[in-house]
Order: sequence, then structure tokens, then C-alpha cells
Amino acid sequence: MEWEVVIGLEIHAQLATQSKIFSAASTAYGAEPNTQACAVDLGLPGVLPVLNEQAVVMASRFGLAIGAQVAPRSVFARKNYFYPDLPKGYQISQFELPIVGQGSIEIELEDGSSKTIGITRAHLEEDAGKSLHEDFHDMTGVDLNRAGTPLLEIVSEPDMRSPAEAVAYMKKIHSLVRYIEICDGNMQEGSFRCDANVSIRPKGQEEFGTRAELKNINSFRFVEKAIQYEIERQIDVLEGGGEVVQETRLYDSAKNETRSMRSKEEANDYRYFPDPDLLPLEVDAAFLEEVRKTLPELPDEKKHRFMKEYGLSAYDAGVLTASRELAAYYEDAASAGGDQPKLVANWVSGELAALLNKNNLDITESPVSAAMLGGLVKRIADETISGKIAKTVFEAMWNGEGDADAIIESKGLKQITDTGAIEKVIDDIIAANPAQVEQLLAGKDKLMGFFVGQVMKATQGKANPGQVNSLLREKLKQK
Amino acid sequence: MSLDADDVAKIAHLARLEISQDNVAEYARNLSSILDLVEQMSAVSTEGVEPMAHPLSLAQRLRPDVVTETDQRDAFQHNGPQVEAGLYLVPKVIE
Repeated sequence: MEWEVVIGLEIHAQLATQSKIFSAASTAYGAEPNTQACAVDLGLPGVLPVLNEQAVVMASRFGLAIGAQVAPRSVFARKNYFYPDLPKGYQISQFELPIVGQGSIEIELEDGSSKTIGITRAHLEEDAGKSLHEDFHDMTGVDLNRAGTPLLEIVSEPDMRSPAEAVAYMKKIHSLVRYIEICDGNMQEGSFRCDANVSIRPKGQEEFGTRAELKNINSFRFVEKAIQYEIERQIDVLEGGGEVVQETRLYDSAKNETRSMRSKEEANDYRYFPDPDLLPLEVDAAFLEEVRKTLPELPDEKKHRFMKEYGLSAYDAGVLTASRELAAYYEDAASAGGDQPKLVANWVSGELAALLNKNNLDITESPVSAAMLGGLVKRIADETISGKIAKTVFEAMWNGEGDADAIIESKGLKQITDTGAIEKVIDDIIAANPAQVEQLLAGKDKLMGFFVGQVMKATQGKANPGQVNSLLREKLKQK
Repeated sequence: MSLDADDVAKIAHLARLEISQDNVAEYARNLSSILDLVEQMSAVSTEGVEPMAHPLSLAQRLRPDVVTETDQRDAFQHNGPQVEAGLYLVPKVIE
């Protein structure tokens, strides 16, 4: 049977506030255990939560960025469960009335197409602390520094149909929250986390299958692998005549498998109710207008502008607008590169991206500035150098040997366009290889490559390959 | 609506309350009568009434995003039965 997978993601983005969502303790990462856990975070008797304005601003920024309604009135609720890293015995979250309503974003797929993914809602909540299960003579150590850190939980519609689409969506949200500066996106530090709801159904069937919720997915690669594993597991279960159980499963990246996390007895029963310690949150039009004014050009807007203004494909535009820094680099390089936006795009997402990646550098740390890359592209476009020589020049720029013009000059890399000079080289090579000439004339056309190669070698790559080709054919015709 | 002994046991477990078997029947009765009252209220027509999330008709005030809390770990950890390396220790919990 042919199966179709249905995926929805719940993403937790830690909001980049200075202080916690309901207390004035610091949210800085990496402090000594419990030095940033105040009385409110510890849930001591008598404390009251007071909502952080920036958390509301940041949630509103997100709502506006996905074209969602930011609720004029939203309500905080208690989600009740017991765990030592949740000292109050409940997490303050939002349930029936979240701050951000329905919106959507566009994802780019490998085949160059785009797809719109719906976002059901996004709500504000507090993070829990951390439990450390090792090294405490059979006890669990609890660090509550993270308790009370503001989170925006972003819930997607079940709109994704493959692990690749899920990754593309997660990357898009990751890019967006950094664009609008509400989350640092640091996945190692847990600032950006994801749970995946995965189910399968026979292709063509309308209703959804029973889903499993995968937890603990903390990298783009693991999202893909965890979902892939889960799809195969569910297919095995169904094709073996079994039934998929609705449950929470933990992804183990070391073993690349998912395993059941909660027994039926512990089935979620959170008994949500409105938190009497907090009044309803009201956000008015004037507040939203102020927030809107501070929003930068959004990734999708930028992407469409790049497609229109620079004539890029949706995929290239998507890649180049993945971060604000990369997009800014591209725009600077494109303006320095003359009228060659596509060529610049190829260099930025090709050669440059590869070297940055290899050296584990960010675009902002690139040794080749946007102006320098633009200068190089200019010299390719005016045929001062060939594309092949450009790679040599690029490497020299990367190694700090100056800008393109200086390198071309000092290394004597200028393309030879003087027909007479090239003809001279061709004549020499024809004279030196009589046997190959004969074979070529006898029909072994493959040898053409050999001759072009010889000429390029003799000119140290500086001849224009197209010109070499046509001159060679002419010369051989005369034979 | 009436709750049976199993419901009472489940509610007690969710709230981590230890209850004596002797009292289960009484709890079931008491809780059921609370639910009966709720049911009675449900019968009232509330059409056109906006659902209330809080008894005060006020909106939440917001706090500026400024860190004002200082580290009081030592003082707080005096209250913990067991601490080590700055951590609060609790009986082992692991999924």
C-alpha cells in the first residue's frame, strides 16, 4: 500500500528578553545553578507573577510577521502537572485564548517550488527548569535558572507531507524569529526546540491516522531522521496488522530511534483553568501599530523582492534571504558587481557558502567582503578573467592577498583575448602532436578536449576557452 | 453527575494527595454535589454574556523588561532539605 505522511510541528522559541516572563530575574544562559532563580521562579508561597512587556511585544511581532491576528484579549491558564523542575506544580501557559491566532508562512522546497504552511496559533508560556539525573548518589539535581524563561510555542497545521518539508518549515521559522529579533535561535543552548506530530494514512484517504508526538528534537538533521524513523515504524505496525497508539515518543539521536515515553496511566490530564493570579492581557490597535513600525522587511517580502528585482529563482531567493546578514551581504555584492545579480547569487551561494561552511564561519566573518566579491564578478562579466581563473582569484582574496583587480594584476591572470597570441600557441601544439591531429581528423572528435586542454595549459588557463575552441576548429579545418 | 471511587482515586493521584480508603465514599459524594451545582448553573442561559476569565474587569499591567532580582541562592537553599553543587536535590525522577 502507498502511505502518505502527515506532519505538524510545535516549535518552542525562547524569547530574547533580559528578564523572565513573570519575574525580574535574569534569563542569561550559562549562569551557576539556581543563581537566577528568584522567589517567583521557585514558586514560594505568596509570590505573584507580573507579565513582562517585552514578551508581549515579541509575541506580537511574530503574529504580525505571519499575518495572523494578534488577539485583542488573551488569557493565561495553568497547565497542571507534577515534576520537580516545575516548582509551582503548574506551568503558566495560554490555552483557549492565545495571543497569536491563525497565520501562515511560505517554505521553499528543493525542487524550486514553494508551499504555504498554516500556523494554527502561537501562545506565551514559561519554561521549566532543568533536571540532572547523574552523579547525585541516586537523587535528581534541579537547576531552576531556566524556570520562567519566556517561550513562544508556535503550533503548525498538519500541512507537511514529508520529513524534508518539516525541515524546511522549521528552518523558515528559525530564520523568521531571528529576522524579527525575538529569539537567538541557538539550538545547542535549547533556545529553539521542536516536537513533531507524525501520522500516516493510505494515500488518498481523507481522515488522518492516529498520531504519535515526537519529543526532544534539537537539530534540523534530527527532525528529518526522527520523522523518517517514525514513519517507517508506523508503516511496520500498520502493515503488520497492528494499530498506532496515540502517545508521546522520545527521539534518541544516539540510537536513531523513537521510544514510548509515557505509560497510559500517566496520560496527559492537565486540567487547564484560567490563572487567577493574572488578569486578561489586552493588546490594542495603537500598541500593535507601534510594534508594526519596528518590524524589518520580512523574509518572504525580501524573497519576493529578490525574485523581482534581481531575477532570481524562488529557491535561490529563499536561500539568500535565509538570514538578514546573508541577504545584506548579497545586496551589497550585487550592487558592487555591476549588472550581474545572478552571477553574484551563484558565487554567494556556491563558492563563498562552501568555503564559509568548510571553515565554520558565519557570513559576517567572511574574509572576502561583499565589495570584493562584487569586484570579482565585474571582472568575469567584462571578460578580464574566465570563470575558471576567477576561482584562483577568489581563493587569493580569501587568503587576504587583496582585491580582485590587485590579484589579477600581480599574478598576471588577465585573460588572453589577443587572437594572434592564441593562434601562435595553437600552431605550436598542432605541430607538437601530429599523431593526435591525424586521429582527430579521422573522426575521433573526443580529442578536441585534449587540444583545448593543451592550449589552456600552455596559457596557464588565461585563454578564453570559447575563443580557443573556435580558433582550433578553424585551424584544423585548414589541415 | 456522580463520581465513583475510581474517579476519586484518579483525581487524588493527579493532585498527589494521599487519601484514606475510608473517606473515598464521602469524597465521591461531596465532589459529586459540587458538580451537581455546576450542572445547575449550566442550565442558566448565558447567551450574549462574554465568558469571564477573571472576576475583576481589569486588564493585565505589564512590567518593563529589566532585571532587578539579585542572587539569593544561599538564602533560598536554606529552605531546601537537600542541596549540592548549587542544585536542589529531590528523589530520583526519570522517564
